[in-house]
Amino acid sequence: MGITHIDTDILIIGGGAAGCFAAVEIHKKSPDCKVVIMEKAHIDRSGCLAMGLNAINAYLNPGQTPESYVSYVEREFEGIVRKDLAYSIAQGLNEVVKDVEEMGLPIEKNEDGTYKKRGKRSIRIFGERLKPILAGAVKKTSTQILNRVVATNFVYNGKRVIGAFGYGVRNSMFYVIRAKAVIVATGGASGIYKPHNAGEARHLMWYCPWNVGTGYAMGIRIGAEMTSFENRFIALRVKDVHAPTGTIAVGVRSKQINARGEDYLERYYKHLGGNKCLTQHRLLATIEETKAGRGPCYLDTTTLNEADEKRLKEDFLNMNPQIILLWASKGMNPRMSPVEIQGTEPFIVGGHCQAGYWINKERKTTIEGLYAAGEVAGGAPKKYVSGSWVEARIAAKTAIDEICGISLEEIDDAAIQKERTRVLAPLMKKSGISPLQVRERLQKIMDEYAGGISMNYALHEERLLEARRLLKYLKDRVKDITAADNYHLVEALECIDRIDVARVVVEHLIYRKETRWPCYQARLDYPEKDDSRWLTFVNSIYYPETDEIKMAERPLYQ
Amino acid sequence: MSIFIDENICNGCKGLPEARCERICPGNLCYRKENTKAEIRDQSACWTCACCVKECPVQAIELRLPFQVCSNGASLKARLKRDKTIWTIWNADGHQEEFVIQAKCLKGD
Repeated sequence: MGITHIDTDILIIGGGAAGCFAAVEIHKKSPDCKVVIMEKAHIDRSGCLAMGLNAINAYLNPGQTPESYVSYVEREFEGIVRKDLAYSIAQGLNEVVKDVEEMGLPIEKNEDGTYKKRGKRSIRIFGERLKPILAGAVKKTSTQILNRVVATNFVYNGKRVIGAFGYGVRNSMFYVIRAKAVIVATGGASGIYKPHNAGEARHLMWYCPWNVGTGYAMGIRIGAEMTSFENRFIALRVKDVHAPTGTIAVGVRSKQINARGEDYLERYYKHLGGNKCLTQHRLLATIEETKAGRGPCYLDTTTLNEADEKRLKEDFLNMNPQIILLWASKGMNPRMSPVEIQGTEPFIVGGHCQAGYWINKERKTTIEGLYAAGEVAGGAPKKYVSGSWVEARIAAKTAIDEICGISLEEIDDAAIQKERTRVLAPLMKKSGISPLQVRERLQKIMDEYAGGISMNYALHEERLLEARRLLKYLKDRVKDITAADNYHLVEALECIDRIDVARVVVEHLIYRKETRWPCYQARLDYPEKDDSRWLTFVNSIYYPETDEIKMAERPLYQ
Repeated sequence: MSIFIDENICNGCKGLPEARCERICPGNLCYRKENTKAEIRDQSACWTCACCVKECPVQAIELRLPFQVCSNGASLKARLKRDKTIWTIWNADGHQEEFVIQAKCLKGD
């Protein structure tokens, strides 16, 4: 097992929406700048866009302004949002969408050539090939793409990030990459909680099962400040196949009904405009209806006409072919029978919710030399794919500006050997515990003690303290994980990263002693929202020397 | 089961350093057994994202749902053209549906 050394100006970790866009952007602004993308899978189809995408949900249609976008996000997140970040995203949304259209993305249009409005901030796209389109744009640049290289840790000299380590799952190479700037653009975290589907269907989940929070974990391990990990995301999705409900609710305007056919959102949230209530209220009301014995709940697709149905199926093929199989398996179509909906297990994401690195407006993290964009960048929820592109553009600009005068730093040989030994350790052990055992243990602890799906997402102090204790024990066992080959080695490394993320999630959930967001963060012991005390960001920093996570509060206005 | 690879159709992408499904699978699940046919190493790890289904040039791979989610068999395949994707769906009741969907604007290509 050899070591490959690579020197570059800017290293991008994660070749997804943000990572690809950042590479293209750097090439456009500074064509001589050397860029490397480190990608766990293959950039043609990786991460949460692997299946495709059927809509862009952060776009300013006529009548919308950056101000109206920011107030919408602020309302949806009960006042907790970094308005400076959201505003900077809003300002760039329409421009980046135009750029990706130029790369080849088909977007639905009116006869006059303008984009057809799907919702206030939404347009319909034909994005089955969105990921290959973005990757194609990267391939036209001089970017060096390292496919099938799993990032394992940043190279950090105590002052700044000077590169990253990775492991090549195809060639068994250990990668040591030196860079003047590193942009972390990896995905959020799935598999922290026990999945809704088990056994053979365990990976039939909403979010990409191979986005395990590695980008978060790498930052946590060097003491980067993180924000809002208590703002978990729980998606209301089509039961079992997790197809997006927005495709039906926004795309063809179907209503949520209970088993008796009643429009229950109207009943719960008449004061909030019924069907116009917040995203998390749609989920909460669905759970309440089910608890009250009025479930299953559905999206009423029986009112659709044939043209609507065709459109709906096209949209799902572009993003979630599983639901098409569900309809085909049951020998029914959405016009015959409404679509059952349910909440997923919690995920930790910065694109729908706002868990991530604490950054400034230029997308600098609290660690010198490290920039964040997309899912791992905190404080700016509802940015989705287009907001991630804007963040990539901002992070790219900042990185280009800041590498002037910076030179590559020597990496201590002992540091290389230490990380290489850590990464390869599971391969060296003949017996011990398997990645499967560790993953299932983690997911059980989180599900039962930190508000998973089996607990209806509810949280309280005593259980959370137990989660803290059990996770600490689990972390002490990771030294015993074994892996027979590279595939299982990656699973082992994923378990380690997930545990580091889960511990931070639990500390954040313990700290916020109120109920800020229904389902996402709802405390049985503090059931009210308390604006007098908790209109604040909850942040954390991990101290590796003492294995402690210290909490801090940051004001809303930055 | 989430994908089914028909070994009578799969040619293992002979001549390529990796099979196309192996190259593309975001979960690193497909591999070429003894350099001949593609296989999936763990059905329970499949996301059913259909990337391999789309990538296979001879349509040897079909997408299915795990049995626990749906006990009646339906399956789906895709063919990628330069600017569009053609989907074929085999319903459990035997009838077949086809969708042709624009996937890329070729302007500037």
